[in-house]
Amino acid sequence: MHRVKVTVVEEALDANNTIAAANRADFDRHRVRVINLMGAPGAGKTTLLERVLGRLEGVRVGVLEGDVQGSLDADRLASLHVPVTQLNTDPSFGGECHLDANMVRSAIGALPLSEIDLLVVENVGNLVCPAEFRIGEDVRAMVCSVTEGEDKPLKYPLMFRACDLVIINKVDLLPYVDVDLERLCAHIDQVHPGVEMIVASGSSGEGLDRWRHWLMAAARPPAQVSLR
Amino acid sequence: MHELALSGAIVNTAVKHARGRPVSAIHLRVGVLRQVVPDTLAFYFAFVARGTLCEGATLDQERIGARLGCRGCAATWGIEIPAFRCPHCGGSEVEILTGQEFEVESIEVEEETACIA
Repeated sequence: MHRVKVTVVEEALDANNTIAAANRADFDRHRVRVINLMGAPGAGKTTLLERVLGRLEGVRVGVLEGDVQGSLDADRLASLHVPVTQLNTDPSFGGECHLDANMVRSAIGALPLSEIDLLVVENVGNLVCPAEFRIGEDVRAMVCSVTEGEDKPLKYPLMFRACDLVIINKVDLLPYVDVDLERLCAHIDQVHPGVEMIVASGSSGEGLDRWRHWLMAAARPPAQVSLR
Repeated sequence: MHELALSGAIVNTAVKHARGRPVSAIHLRVGVLRQVVPDTLAFYFAFVARGTLCEGATLDQERIGARLGCRGCAATWGIEIPAFRCPHCGGSEVEILTGQEFEVESIEVEEETACIA
């Protein structure tokens, strides 16, 4: 026996990215735009969807609900009369703490792609792993609530950098928590300069109109680029 | 905590390139911006590698520092903390030059010594 060195030079997540590209191609073929919605457990992802999904004018929306276990969130959203597909990472996937491209691929057959323009994938609540795994989305948004503390962007820069939009949620609770909104925004801008932010509250309704319009804009196909 | 999932990706990549040969070492290049904890990755890797061609393989992790470049003023600089605005012109059009790697650079595999007549 002897040792042989084999040069590889391959991004270890290439396999996931390849499947994500296949998902994206399937979504594109059906002209469905896809949002990957991420954030810590309890940040308010489901509530922010609940508050606006029934009012996306002219946009047919569907939800793919990722959870480790159970269908509590899916049940909440189904009452809005939007198609919701549940994807549990527990029984078949060993309780993964995030969705990866392969899990989403396994759910594609169950999605009503020809009946929707926009698919919101609510990822498993987690500030680390979902940032690493592309699932075939067009854009990524995250919910960060003020109760999590103003230091979170500095602790989880990977997640804050992975997003095209950061929703700062639960701002109605600012009087009760030791968080300075300006400093939180400055921390977000420090790790992801120029990223779009929406200051919102699922309870008071602040910022929900901007969030609704952001979703409606995300549902529009990207502008045609002229090659001439 | 993402080290478990990342370990699976490393094992899959190495097994693909090993083409049936047992893997004795994996050389990995990890950028600091990937927020990977080396000891945690080594721990999960040993666990995930069990029963695969990578069982018992050493995982050699090369840490790559973060360097950024400003598209506005062309400055380049290294960072120790997550601060991504250009310190020279304050611009936000900053690209990451190094520090995002998560790459299997090479593997070492065991091969039967062939008799060359």
